[in-house]
Amino acid sequence: MSDPKALLQHCTEEFNNAMKGATRRIVICAGTGCVANGSMDVFHALEEKIKAAGIDIKVLLDYEDAKTPDKTEFHRLSKSGCQGFCQMGPLVTIEPDDVMYTGVKVADVDEIVEKTIKNHEIVERLLYVDRHDKNRKCKSQHDIPFYKQQTRIVLKPCGVFEPEDIYEYIANQGYEAARKAWCDMTPETVCEEVKVSGLRGRGGGGFPTGRKWEFALKEKSDVKYVICNADEGDPGAFMDRSVMEGNPHCVIEGMMIAARGIGATEGYIYVRLEYPLAVQRVRKAVADAEKLGLLGNNVFGTGRAFNLHVMEGAGAFVCGEETALMESIEGRRGMPKPKPPFPAQSGLWGKPTIINNVETLASVPYIILSGAKEYRKVGTESSPGTKTFALTGHVVNTGLIEVPFGATLRQIIFDVGGGVIDSTGKISNDAFKAVQIGGPSGGCLTEEHLDMPLDFDSLRGVGAMVGSGGLVVMNKETCMVQMARFFMQFTQNECCGKCLLCREGTKQMLALLDDIIAGEGTQETLDILDQVATTVAKGSLCALGKTAPNPVLSTIRHFREELDAHVFQKRCPASQCKSLAKPEILADKCIGCTACARKCPVGAITGERKQVHVIDVDKCIKCGECARACKFGAVVGV
Amino acid sequence: MSADVSNVSGTTRKFDRVVEILEENGRNPARLIPILQQVQDFYRYLPEEVLTFIATSLDLPPADVYGVATFYAHFTLVPKGKHSFRLCDGTACHVRGSEHILNALWKELKLSAEKHTTEDMLITVETVSCLGACGLAPVLVVDEKVYGTVTPEQAVALVKEIKAGEENG
Repeated sequence: MSDPKALLQHCTEEFNNAMKGATRRIVICAGTGCVANGSMDVFHALEEKIKAAGIDIKVLLDYEDAKTPDKTEFHRLSKSGCQGFCQMGPLVTIEPDDVMYTGVKVADVDEIVEKTIKNHEIVERLLYVDRHDKNRKCKSQHDIPFYKQQTRIVLKPCGVFEPEDIYEYIANQGYEAARKAWCDMTPETVCEEVKVSGLRGRGGGGFPTGRKWEFALKEKSDVKYVICNADEGDPGAFMDRSVMEGNPHCVIEGMMIAARGIGATEGYIYVRLEYPLAVQRVRKAVADAEKLGLLGNNVFGTGRAFNLHVMEGAGAFVCGEETALMESIEGRRGMPKPKPPFPAQSGLWGKPTIINNVETLASVPYIILSGAKEYRKVGTESSPGTKTFALTGHVVNTGLIEVPFGATLRQIIFDVGGGVIDSTGKISNDAFKAVQIGGPSGGCLTEEHLDMPLDFDSLRGVGAMVGSGGLVVMNKETCMVQMARFFMQFTQNECCGKCLLCREGTKQMLALLDDIIAGEGTQETLDILDQVATTVAKGSLCALGKTAPNPVLSTIRHFREELDAHVFQKRCPASQCKSLAKPEILADKCIGCTACARKCPVGAITGERKQVHVIDVDKCIKCGECARACKFGAVVGV
Repeated sequence: MSADVSNVSGTTRKFDRVVEILEENGRNPARLIPILQQVQDFYRYLPEEVLTFIATSLDLPPADVYGVATFYAHFTLVPKGKHSFRLCDGTACHVRGSEHILNALWKELKLSAEKHTTEDMLITVETVSCLGACGLAPVLVVDEKVYGTVTPEQAVALVKEIKAGEENG
């Protein structure tokens, strides 16, 4: 079909026709989290039981069959990408009943079919119960506080579309933005629109996307490249995975628009190999788009080419750095190169290249379709739009969220996240200690930052960064020195070894932190740590090295007292550092039940029944079994 | 060229699949990483003589191929066990106690930070960087199956399940 408009119209009609007889739509979340909780078993059980109930059910839409006019009614059962509420999975939504079931097990399927599918009744016990009001049951998704407080633009389709059906994407205005960019707009107007929208790179740096594109557009070259950086390596972040799994066509469409904007003919999607489902879905999406002539040598019949390749990484965090990523695509060790030259001038195989992150590219179709002005309505002046965050750690609702820039941590943690939990899993808002943002390149925010509107600039101002958007909430039982060590271990492992400051500096910082944790820190340790951190931040070659000291600097800045306690008093306020533990049995609380003595693996605890027990500190290996065994809180300091 | 090398090593069949993989990738040096991935999928590790063979076939210095094979965490030059236990040590899993699971697995299988695979080559235990299933932390992946909110006891139970499965054939 040569007319692009007619092609999209045709696909839309195909989908609508195929869905014409659908009286019900049952969507099961098939994101990584829900799949791990058994959502595919639920999916198959539902298919089987609904069939057994004599109801016509369709999993894959039959586009051939749809052409026959005498269509009968049927139920549509489909998978969706990650709906974000990973903790409560598997999630099942049923339309038009507007009901969302959480934590569905195979054993619940009979009841769902019997009550909801057959009789339009609700299975009350599968509804989400508000954690703060046990009497309030939430019938539909928008009743659930976790969703109610969000602004879902990028993530919205992830919970609805069948990610493997290109027709459904097109029927929801999919590829219309790409058509507009390729057929109705010039490269200059595409770049201009994105520039005016104020879209900034979601991968960490926050560089204005439109400006990046303009640099590449100005370069004269026979070949230019667009790369989608889907090497989401930050521990604690999974936004890009979810977008690729839930709405892969949106990423492809974003890349097509970028290609039009800079005049690129080739593109690469570089995906982490730890994300097998994302790889599979993106590969299928590319193949489907090629079949329709949206990708290939004659995009939309314009005579211009855009060919897209999918490449799997091989497990190197540093490949998230753009110059390292390009080295990896070229088949070499993923080591960063100095900039300039910037990729926009000389990138992949020496050609002008732009590299954008998944979420950035997934935001582009909306901007082209709705206009820059509409896009700017959400977010702040300097950081327009929304940001997805992976909310994890000691928080009631873990999962994937999307909020406008300018939202505060308090809104995110307490409204969306439902509050902080202590180590026993109880809600305890006093337990809040810090939130780690931006992964190993980021920093910690504390109570004093709870009401600060979050955007690229405000975060940089307090020594943190948006990074890729991992938000790990930590309660008071977390030791910040241990956290700094955890991230230092990570960057030290992932350091490529090319430049001296990062290679040796991360090693030294790790050793210094180990000294502090082992109780061997002195004033000199702190001085050297500070000095090394500042030097590595200034002198490293790439962003990995430049930001590697951030967790250390952030701990020095915001948790000085805790750090000092480790160094000068040889004490860990969170009781997490074993070497600093001073186990003790409180005489006024011990009732002499002998539970601790029986648990102690080295026989370090002595005492007669109904008498106060004593710990022999020299024998003790500080395993903490005694403290866990004691029901009276008499064992402290370990 | 492939026939020569194969004859020298005397294991003609062993290289058949490698040659196929090289052909599928057009013997393009830029495709070295996908080639190594496919070869590792086949052997479960990258045998040294295969690396040399690949280097010769792609007209690359063996040091370059070896360099790439040792740079990326996914590649391994030593054989791995039949079953893999991959424990996520991302931030979320870490703060939710993945360390206790690792210690329990090490204790059960007599493994350590230096020794990742059991004597009988049955099980390999590794920690991996974030698997992106943070909502379910801590996460353990046994072969390809993902387990969420795992406890040390559950991890040990999974080991026993695999051992029992092997014994019963």
